Amino acid sequence: MPADKGGNGAQSGIGAAVRRKEDFRFITGAGRYTDDITLPGQSYAYFLRSPYAHAQIAAIDIAAAEASPGVVAVFTGKDVAADGLGGLICGWMIHSKDGSEMRTGAHPVLALDRVRYVGDHVAVVIAESLAEAKAGAELIDVDYEEYDAVVGVEAALAENAPQLHDEVPGNLCFAWELGDKAATEAAFDRAARRVTLTFANNRLIPNAMEPRAAIGDYDRGTGDYTLYTTSQNPHVARLVLSAFVGVAPEHKLRVIAPDVGGGFGSKIFIYAEETVCVWAAAKLRRPVKWTAERNESFLSDAHGRDHVSHAELALDADGRMLGLRVHTRANLGAYLSTFASSVPTYLYGTLLSGQYDIPAIYVEVDGVFTHTAPVDAYRGAGRPEATYLVERIVETAARELDMDPVEFRRRNFIREFPHQTPVIMNYDIGDYDASLNEACRLVDYAGFADRRAASEARGRKRGIGFSAYIEACGIAPSQAVGSLGAGVGLWESAEVRVNPTGSVEVLTGSHSHGQGHETTFAQLVSDQLGIPIENVEVVHGDTDKVQFGMGTYGSRSGAVGMSAIQLALDKVIAKGRRIAAHLLEAGEEDITFDGGSFQVAGTDRAVPFADLALQAYTGHGFPTNEIEPGLKESAFYDPVNFTFPAGCHIAEVEIDPETGVTHIENFVAVDDFGTIINPMIVAGQVHGGVAQGIGQAMLENCAYDPESGQLLSGSFMDYCMPRADDLPEFVVGMTETPCTTNPLGIKGCGEAGAIGAPAAIVNAVTDALGIRDIAMPVTPERVWRAINS
Amino acid sequence: MYEFDYHTPQTIDDARALLSGRDDPKLLAGGQTLLPTMKQRLAAPSDLIDLRKVTGLDGITGAGDTLRIGAMVRHAAVAASDEVRQAIPALAALAGGIGDPLVRHRGTLGGSIANNDPSADYPAGCLALAATISTDRREIGADEFFLGMFETALEEDEIITGVAFPVPRKAGYAKFPNPASRYAMVGVFVAQTGNAVRVAVTGAGPGVFRVPAMETALASDFSAQAIADISVPSDGLLEDLHGSAEYRANLVTVMAKRAVQSAL
Repeated sequence: MPADKGGNGAQSGIGAAVRRKEDFRFITGAGRYTDDITLPGQSYAYFLRSPYAHAQIAAIDIAAAEASPGVVAVFTGKDVAADGLGGLICGWMIHSKDGSEMRTGAHPVLALDRVRYVGDHVAVVIAESLAEAKAGAELIDVDYEEYDAVVGVEAALAENAPQLHDEVPGNLCFAWELGDKAATEAAFDRAARRVTLTFANNRLIPNAMEPRAAIGDYDRGTGDYTLYTTSQNPHVARLVLSAFVGVAPEHKLRVIAPDVGGGFGSKIFIYAEETVCVWAAAKLRRPVKWTAERNESFLSDAHGRDHVSHAELALDADGRMLGLRVHTRANLGAYLSTFASSVPTYLYGTLLSGQYDIPAIYVEVDGVFTHTAPVDAYRGAGRPEATYLVERIVETAARELDMDPVEFRRRNFIREFPHQTPVIMNYDIGDYDASLNEACRLVDYAGFADRRAASEARGRKRGIGFSAYIEACGIAPSQAVGSLGAGVGLWESAEVRVNPTGSVEVLTGSHSHGQGHETTFAQLVSDQLGIPIENVEVVHGDTDKVQFGMGTYGSRSGAVGMSAIQLALDKVIAKGRRIAAHLLEAGEEDITFDGGSFQVAGTDRAVPFADLALQAYTGHGFPTNEIEPGLKESAFYDPVNFTFPAGCHIAEVEIDPETGVTHIENFVAVDDFGTIINPMIVAGQVHGGVAQGIGQAMLENCAYDPESGQLLSGSFMDYCMPRADDLPEFVVGMTETPCTTNPLGIKGCGEAGAIGAPAAIVNAVTDALGIRDIAMPVTPERVWRAINS
Repeated sequence: MYEFDYHTPQTIDDARALLSGRDDPKLLAGGQTLLPTMKQRLAAPSDLIDLRKVTGLDGITGAGDTLRIGAMVRHAAVAASDEVRQAIPALAALAGGIGDPLVRHRGTLGGSIANNDPSADYPAGCLALAATISTDRREIGADEFFLGMFETALEEDEIITGVAFPVPRKAGYAKFPNPASRYAMVGVFVAQTGNAVRVAVTGAGPGVFRVPAMETALASDFSAQAIADISVPSDGLLEDLHGSAEYRANLVTVMAKRAVQSAL
């Protein structure tokens, strides 16, 4: 962690609990989201979606819709194809065990002749008003020939299952493997004990508070395209839309992601709707706007999770782990979403070592197409699935060994760093005992037996469950991910513009959609330059302003985005020292920067930062043939490794046996995120993540009808989002081992809650009930059945 | 939402005239079900006749052993009413547990029972308390009023004006909410009025229903223990993502016991 050069640490620098600068506008309704923007002459798009999970489109008659009042245009897949647009892409190539490339069919922007999930895009109606667009859509006559559908991975892999894509025989996109199969088999051969568990990781629907939205605009004078959209990564959207879909040339397309109300992964991807808005705006020479209604979000936002896994753990006679063998079937949905293939492979299999020294690991993952909405990254993306698997089987093993689950974990923790796992990852640093011990202290583990007895005396069942998770953030380095199939580099860029008055604009390729970057990034600048936080403006989300960026996901903005800012700040300070040397008539090597002032070491000769900034722009006080005027620096930062946040979550639950209702009595989360910029924002991230993790464990379930493929949980009436009264008071603790591979020591905190919580809950419920396993979500009926079976 | 004409009649007669003179009119009595349905374009009335300005549909009045609540009284008003809390606290609690604050400040008693959603709370209260539903033309006993899923004894153009609840000796309501919608997955209202006990169940079946075996048992021993072993058959109960018929049948007994406990 760098020294506090600016001297603002206590008030607004690194480690200060600064209130979020952005919240005033959000909570007073002054935010400017995509749907708040209205352009002159704007038209409204409404998408006609497939009511069937699988059908052939024999014909589409749009004549009546075109003649409907207020309708400007009706387009189908044929119109998109006629303009030569490419389909939507997946940006990560996975190779199967046999070396072959993953198999996938085309993903047309609007369906051509086949629909493959309920909600698939059939046509778009663009009208003067949304009501007229909807009325027009009702007049489109689609002649569907309905086919059998398949929604689960097992059914999709069965012989004679309905086929999704001609190019994908048996619906198997890839059969991927990772790890040393022979070494793992040898470990199992010599194991004193094996523990096995088969379970599902339930499918989730992200449900960001702000639904997806887009406005396409086209300037026929300049030929410039503008897309306002709810994106976590506007530059990536521009790259994909230009280079792959071919909507507009990259240099003529501006993508603006203004205030965005939550993403959780679902706004990383490039979808049909924004593509159509840009394309149609140019065709119609007028802006085209679309805002998802909530039911469209349920149907068409990329879903998360949906694995079925079989796991086996090999142990020696002393309870030490020898090997882990995993076979997972991952539901990819009907088409490959933008990063779908990476989630159940490199973001999942690589985390299966958990916090444990496991000498041999072998994992196989089958990626399977089904007639459901595409599945892609959702808060945690692969890592919640890995943690759930590891921590469920670890807890189960401890019980089968009749060992205390805490002691069993301690016996197997990694304690020497760096640690090379058998599944690619090289953990740079961590202290898993510290977080486990602190969590046990906070939950009063020693007092649990008494609390359980008290519950039993009241006719209730009480249980405790642990989850010692690890995750990987700041996915990197670019060369490494490239060798694993990524189609992009995973660095971040930053630009620090110092104005003549000494105020600063930071342009970042990260994107804030709830994370609080406008505050935390400004804290870093305030800290390093010694200027008030009010004098720092964070600029993001506009491809015309920010040179380039990879966006925000995978808890990367602190570890990667802020590292880039740090590098640019270092350059600003270095140039400042050169200028100061002239202003102060001293050698550059004698100039220090401390407390917001450039100073000749050992003297009282100094120039404050703001004065130096003005001098940098006047160019009066230094030779501009040696030093360029101005004070503006940029940097691209490519990490050398992932970061590895880790921690321990403990859930304590009490169950009402009559109803099966589970009440969370205690929830403790102790996390090691490395350096923390703003503890209040970090605690908020933990709260939100844990809420989503509890949601997955107890409440949320995306259900499709197995016969018809209809989405059964298509609204908040049936899809149970966690609410405040579903959640306990969280107890949040921190331990800190700063990351050794980036300049700030940051590891990342955005996803840990969603990663750690589910296993803690299910371990607690199974402990309370004295059973081996129970499916997520742990609904009252499931618990009641477990008690009464 | 499709286009429609909106009316705010001042009197029952005006409302009735509108009802008979339009293509496909609907009464609006809070709209907590109707408006979302219209927004999803699943309902398309030609006219909405909002009853909120009609005189004589509001007010809560107690007279001896009867409590009368006007059809347009909002759930929040029932929950907060001193008269209801004193006369039938279980009914105030029921109203205070409907939906969320937004729903409770728009939804009305008349709207709820006219809709007769199988998971709504009020039908259980009306049936267990042997309420009498007054309309613009007659009075209907609760036993005759609720006919099945979204069906009532109301004529097409009949307007509920209020509900009269006999004040019970004891009453209790226990609800197990659907975790997503917070409607009743099972709600049981138990009332002892005079020497008779009535037990009404909502959420579990296609419509609100009584449990005679529990009523008999409670009439001789008004205690949770008295009905602990009485269960309803699961045949014919609702099943959905959140609960099977078997689970709902279990909840009927559990919630009935808790309703009795809350009434003591």
